[in-house]
Amino acid sequence: MSTHFNATEPAPNGAGEQTLLRVEDLRLYFRTARGVVQAVDGVDFDLQRNEAMVILGESGCGKTSLARSLLRLLPRNVDRFTGRVYLNGQDVMQLSEDEFRQDIRWLKISFVPQAAMNALNPVLRVGDQVAEPLMEHLGIGKEEALAQAREAFLHVGVPVDFLHRYAFELSGGMRQRVAIAMALVTEPDLILLDEPTSALDVLTQANIMNVLKRIKQEHDTSYILITHDIATSSELADRVAIMYAGQIVELNDAAQFFTQPYHPYAQGLMASVPRLRQKRDPTFIPGQPPSLLTPPSGCRFADRCPARFDKCDQDPPIYQVGERRLVRCWLYETESQPVPLYDTPVQEAHSP
Amino acid sequence: MTTTAPQTDIATQSPAAPADGGQPLLSVQDVHTWFELRKWGFGHAGYVRAVDGVSFDLEAGHTIAIVGESGCGKSSLMKTILGLHRPIKGDVVFQGRSLSGLDRGGRRWYHSQVGYVQQDPFGALPPFMPVKRILEEPLIVNGVRERAERERRVREVMEEVRLLPVGDFLNKFPHQLSGGQQQRVVIARAMILRPKLIVADEPVSMLDASVRVEILRLMEALQEAHRIAVIYITHDLSTVRYFSQRIFVMYAGNLVEQAEVDELLSNPQHPYTQALLAAIPDPEPENAHIYRDVPPGEPPSLVNPPRGCRFHPRCPHFMPGVCDVEMPPDFETRPGHKVKCWLYQEE
Repeated sequence: MSTHFNATEPAPNGAGEQTLLRVEDLRLYFRTARGVVQAVDGVDFDLQRNEAMVILGESGCGKTSLARSLLRLLPRNVDRFTGRVYLNGQDVMQLSEDEFRQDIRWLKISFVPQAAMNALNPVLRVGDQVAEPLMEHLGIGKEEALAQAREAFLHVGVPVDFLHRYAFELSGGMRQRVAIAMALVTEPDLILLDEPTSALDVLTQANIMNVLKRIKQEHDTSYILITHDIATSSELADRVAIMYAGQIVELNDAAQFFTQPYHPYAQGLMASVPRLRQKRDPTFIPGQPPSLLTPPSGCRFADRCPARFDKCDQDPPIYQVGERRLVRCWLYETESQPVPLYDTPVQEAHSP
Repeated sequence: MTTTAPQTDIATQSPAAPADGGQPLLSVQDVHTWFELRKWGFGHAGYVRAVDGVSFDLEAGHTIAIVGESGCGKSSLMKTILGLHRPIKGDVVFQGRSLSGLDRGGRRWYHSQVGYVQQDPFGALPPFMPVKRILEEPLIVNGVRERAERERRVREVMEEVRLLPVGDFLNKFPHQLSGGQQQRVVIARAMILRPKLIVADEPVSMLDASVRVEILRLMEALQEAHRIAVIYITHDLSTVRYFSQRIFVMYAGNLVEQAEVDELLSNPQHPYTQALLAAIPDPEPENAHIYRDVPPGEPPSLVNPPRGCRFHPRCPHFMPGVCDVEMPPDFETRPGHKVKCWLYQEE
């Protein structure tokens, strides 16, 4: 039970030694010509070692901004970037840009960006690209780094003779695997995956998911998977965070979430997934997410919510509805079980 | 009532349009669409056999889905059907008229009969035109001269795709619309000439989950209301059920299996279809604890496709001496269920 925090500060609120990452009140606002966009607006969550968390949300809900703020890969027009991010108990927000780059990014947290297969450098051999983080961050010699890159290739299922190829000589699936190998090669504690399979074919996607599952089983890796694809996210998820308009509205374990989620938005999302093996008509959520320029006061989902009542005009607090189950909705002021709202799919009247 | 207007102005341009007497609306006959590869700009270096011997019939008012992975030739097939690629062999026949025999007026007539819904709505809409102008364009091209008539039909189609209230959207530019609204404009544009066939290329793959179902429902409702035939092209088998009667599975330029939707989903017979279905997850928590069975390798090159069945290098039921020798023909295993696989050859 020894605590091996290599940190200047102890972990807050009695976080166990299993806690890898703890995020508190993270905010990331951008300046734009039309005003301040509140892309990430007060996000809290924690992640345990060897856990995979999925952050689900529609486009524009701030999920990619959340990933970028965890990695501090920020654009220039940042208006406000505050909050606390504890990694292994160390508050990495206190680190300077240089310290963060040297000690955290890619050594502790690595990243598979959106459309990673197009993010590879076209004029470098893919083997050299995978070896590069080792040489840069750990000062390993080229020979040794290439040997480790070879190892990483084997892990993700890329033939080792591809080490000497260029990105354009590889198919999309293979390029995606190379990007994962690059994120893996430094053996980080946490890998952030931003839509790792959304541009890939069904079979390739299943293959990549198999690779990620195996890596998680064999190593002590944790994942944060950012996606809008609910069905695919269930392939990896231990925990699910639902993001809506810059906030996390539900945090739940996968077993509960994929059978019966709590938040009305989460229920609507689950009901909108077309299913292959069930003859249930999917429904949709009418309306659109609010603008992040001027988010509405009160619950941000209220305008689209089938269960709206007068309390929803005020900002809902976060209710704990079970062990590590949190939901930001007034319904759960009194309830602790999910209140099903979408059980009977609404039939849209066909236009005349 | 509303459909009479376009027919009169089109009939003047194509006096030879025959009546459809019992024939299918669209007949794709052994179409081969190959693209020539050139060396140094002029030397011949082979062909990309994007579509290699595809045949099917589509009846008026019916819906089919063509499912396949990227690079399997489904977009080339679609563009051949739209008349944008010329097949090197075979023909596409629409209402008894061969596409290869159409003159300029005939092509205009054909394009007024066939609507196209693109994958990426934002890319498909001209950025400097307001919605009203975008929807008027096909009417102008097809000779609807009166401004009031055009305006009436624009409003009518916008009501149908639920861009309501119409007045709010008429003068908006595409970038002022959400993804779902943009896709509605694309659908309205495809619908405005009252086509008999709509080709929809991944119409919802760029949209968010909650909007996706809304657009699929809309297309379903329009299809039923106007009895339009639809070719729905997608890689996402889970959305197919809501929207088509038959599924065609395409692999490496061939249709490898075709059946009614429920039959195909419950009783897939081609090993490729089986693999495809097994790889698609439904959102279940158990998924995180299982590995999926995925055939090794990747789809073959279409320049030098494997001999015989094109799936044989990846197939778990590969029979040496059979599968790698000759391309299997269609075997009809059940009424209406055809599969190109030697496993189903009758003794």
